[in-house]
Amino acid sequence: MTVLLFARARDLLGVERLVVHPPEPATIGELRQRLMRDHPGIAELVAKSALALNDEYASDPTPIPVGAEVALLPPVSGG
Amino acid sequence: MIRLTRDPIDHAALTEQVRRRDCGAVVLFLGTVRDLTGDEVTVALDYDAYPGMAEKKLAEIEAETRQRWPVGDMILEHRLGHLEVGDVSVAVVVSCPHRAQAFEACRYAIDRLKELVPIWKKENWADGSTEWVHPGA
Repeated sequence: MTVLLFARARDLLGVERLVVHPPEPATIGELRQRLMRDHPGIAELVAKSALALNDEYASDPTPIPVGAEVALLPPVSGG
Repeated sequence: MIRLTRDPIDHAALTEQVRRRDCGAVVLFLGTVRDLTGDEVTVALDYDAYPGMAEKKLAEIEAETRQRWPVGDMILEHRLGHLEVGDVSVAVVVSCPHRAQAFEACRYAIDRLKELVPIWKKENWADGSTEWVHPGA
């Protein structure tokens, strides 16, 4: 599974996408915990970010389908 | 209509585009790059987006707005890339039969845009430092 990164998360880790190694997190909440554990540099930001599955905001209990596009979305600031 | 663009926003043309014979009111909101945030001096902003999802959310906001108010036509356009102080970053323009509807619909659309659409701005401060803006984080 790969997770698309944006804005401060992308700058902090220096990559546009993160590879999450098996075992694959089953839910958005598991993925959030995994990102926080494996990447302490963005843990604080991950805690306050949304996650998206296939272009839609997804809450922590949401299962992650195989092959879904997953993105980490820090608090937005458009406008 | 919704659009992400890297070009300057032609707000006069957008305003003309929504004028209709059955609409007596057109409201235009422009977001522009401000030079001061508190005591800190901004020289420029860089906007980035998650483009596919941003377009999807903008289209949903247009649909929600049309469900709630009798919109004749409306355009939501957001600029991405490097913007200088004074540049227009976003335009929301709405036509409705009457002014109260047009004001409310325009206000709703820009408020939802700021809440939902995955777009981020990076401050370029006068001292040369930069900072992504993530409210609450």
